[in-house]
Amino acid sequence: MVEFRYRDDEVTEQPSVTLDAFLDQSNATAVRLEPDDDARKLIPFLDRLTLIEIAFPKFRDGRGYSSARILREAGYTGELRAQGDVLVDQIAFMRRCGFDSFAPEGSLNPEAVERALSTYDQFYQKAADAAVPVWKLRHG
Amino acid sequence: MYKYDNYDQAIVDARVAEFRDQVNRRMAGEITEDQFKPLRLMNGLYLQLHAYMLRVAIPYGTLDSRQMRMLAHIARKYDRDYGHFTTRQNIQYNWIKLEECADLLEELASVEMHAIQTSGNCIRNISSDQYAGAAADEVADPRPWAELLRQWSTFHPEFSYLPRKFKIAVIASPEDRAAMRLHDIGLELVRKDGELGARVFVGGGMGRTPMIAPEINPFVKADDLLSYIEACLRVYNRYGRRDNIYKARIKILVHEIGADEYRRQVTEEFAHVKTLGIDPPLAELERISAFFAPPAFDAADVEPDRSDPDFAVWLDQNVKPHKQSGYAIVNISLKPIGGIPGDASSAQIDVMADLAEKYGFDELRVTHAQNIVLPHVAKRDLFAVWQALREAELANANLDLISDIIACPGLDYCSLANARSIPIAQKIATRFADAERQRDVGELKLKISGCINACGHHHAGHIGILGVDKKGVENYQLTLGGSGAEDVSIGKITGPGFDEDGIVDAVEKAVEKYRELREGEERFVDTYRRVGMDPFKEAIYG
Amino acid sequence: MKLLTGNELGSGAVTWWTGSGWSIHVEDAIDVGEGGEAILHAEEGARRVNAPYIIDAIPTPEGPRPAHIKDRVRALGPTVRPDLTLKPADPAAGDWII
Ligand code: HEM
Ligand code: SF4
Repeated sequence: MVEFRYRDDEVTEQPSVTLDAFLDQSNATAVRLEPDDDARKLIPFLDRLTLIEIAFPKFRDGRGYSSARILREAGYTGELRAQGDVLVDQIAFMRRCGFDSFAPEGSLNPEAVERALSTYDQFYQKAADAAVPVWKLRHG
Repeated sequence: MYKYDNYDQAIVDARVAEFRDQVNRRMAGEITEDQFKPLRLMNGLYLQLHAYMLRVAIPYGTLDSRQMRMLAHIARKYDRDYGHFTTRQNIQYNWIKLEECADLLEELASVEMHAIQTSGNCIRNISSDQYAGAAADEVADPRPWAELLRQWSTFHPEFSYLPRKFKIAVIASPEDRAAMRLHDIGLELVRKDGELGARVFVGGGMGRTPMIAPEINPFVKADDLLSYIEACLRVYNRYGRRDNIYKARIKILVHEIGADEYRRQVTEEFAHVKTLGIDPPLAELERISAFFAPPAFDAADVEPDRSDPDFAVWLDQNVKPHKQSGYAIVNISLKPIGGIPGDASSAQIDVMADLAEKYGFDELRVTHAQNIVLPHVAKRDLFAVWQALREAELANANLDLISDIIACPGLDYCSLANARSIPIAQKIATRFADAERQRDVGELKLKISGCINACGHHHAGHIGILGVDKKGVENYQLTLGGSGAEDVSIGKITGPGFDEDGIVDAVEKAVEKYRELREGEERFVDTYRRVGMDPFKEAIYG
Repeated sequence: MKLLTGNELGSGAVTWWTGSGWSIHVEDAIDVGEGGEAILHAEEGARRVNAPYIIDAIPTPEGPRPAHIKDRVRALGPTVRPDLTLKPADPAAGDWII
């Protein structure tokens, strides 16, 4: 279940299909990527997708962070959801990689999520979010 | 030296607050140990045999006297009056309390220090050449590049849950004092047509499958560096193995797909990443470089008075030429005969800080050989420095000799250990206590690890020792012929292992064989490379 | 015999199950027999101990002696720093470990 969503548009009702099913001529608008799926395969189809769900079966498996950034870098603007073993201390990194909705398996304390998202005001790197990296602030 | 601006300070301060909150939630039972463990590890806090162990980052091994004094203060207030300098140029404290850890980190932050990413499957502390800014053979100071990488890697959102830990080293000299090619990524700064760039080596490492990193790119320009490294990491994050923790390091990926295929993928990824605008302008590297400008050298070139024989020996062994005339590089060996390699008491740490302040332009370095360096000492002050060091039992004149042993904490502290490392180091150093004999043997890098993780760099030792568990009894394997320098190589096992006393005898036999066989100026490792394993094997087992 | 050991959550100190609580002295440890798992879960849940586990030990007149050298190092302290062990006044204490 989506617990945290940082977008204003309507939630997609359509269930997401696997990458293989999608590439197999589906006209689905929602896809689910497993950690070992190559997100780059979706790049030609981004404008017809409204939801991409990225699975985190184990929080230690960080492949989904790269998948998310790759999709945002390719111009995807639809909903990007992290689903599975998503913990409060990862949400800030996930936001920076472009995720804008979260469906954690275990329920998360909204206050703790809010705190985690507001802990840092400054970031060293440019990533997939709107944050301006420190080097840019230094040099304009 | 680099100084934090408000941005840097804000990030480190926020980290302390975040960790305090995480500790509170753990203590209150809101998160389980399983969930807390990766969080504390990303802050360098391990649970070891006796207590929590905290690893504090010393970025590229450089610190000033105020920071060094803080390390002493922490040892006094939060630990048991000592610290352990490690092969990764960090310091470890062995008796830290979880409940005090946030306070400790807050004190560290007050001197621009932290424990961020000193553990965990993320990009670790960037290591570098301890002679940076002082070595005559460097093409530039590597530390601005290391600082650029430090900032880029700190809380990198995409690379904080990598398949495995990730270690980067930056050097800028043909002589490799940082075991550069035994890192996940090794950078060697070089000049091409006057422009500074980096040779990039990827896929080195030690552990149970030691590998020497192949060159992946002969020249990456400064303003492409972060994009290029980002591409290197992204390929690793995507394809690095996650099914088997022992095969998860990047060296296995590069080995399995081959350097050419890895290079091809990085090139492809780089072409994309470079369009994203993630590289800071060169002005940022220049801003950082300004902090590393050479100090105001002004001492006349005077040769020190060598009439005190002990001082003369120390000069010859521990003091190295500086690029500036009138100055020298002082190596402080943390390897007294029979002592614990890399350990220093709070009082000793304070002495070293004082000396840096008084005689060394306020700079200190930690070396991967677990020693300390005062990089810029005027030659006229060498005698005074030596006297103060001797007073503090820090004037051990054994740099790079057989008693200058690298040893990991081993079974005396480490929960992963199979055998103790430190007592072996103590016994070997004691066996070779005779200073003249040591000097006659010459440069000999002896390195000891208490298990196959190789924290003590045993694969890269001219003589390496690996502790193994033989049916519950400590046992030691001997390797010969490794090197972590520019002549990098991985040592080979001599044969069956030894017990504690047996290994000391075996080392002595190997050393005596070398003395018998050496020609001219050959070092131990040169003779080994010339004659091969057989004569040594015979001497040891025959 | 079997002992239950772990580290105190807050201080990290090595600690041993005594039947009614925890002690830093292995001499106080009791044989948990087959019941170790249940105590382990309860104590970990109550956050009185971190990373608890069950080990084999041999009963001796001086008290339980952990079967593995690693747990003997934990029980006493580092062999290379007798001053930091639980028996700083007894220089021969380390012999018990080896
Ligand atoms: C006492 C707690 C320590 C623990 C639990 C620990 C754990 C490990 C592990 C598991 C590895 C193997 C990584 C792999 O192959 O994937 C490793 C490698 C390493 N550690 Fe440690 N270590 C400890 C202390 C140290 C110390 C004190 C030093 C420095 C003296 C150190 C420096 C290194 C180095 C240089 C490597 C080799 C890196 C490589 O494989 O490329 N570690 N450590
Ligand atoms: S080599 Fe093994 S015993 Fe030594 S510190 Fe590393 S993990 Fe511990």
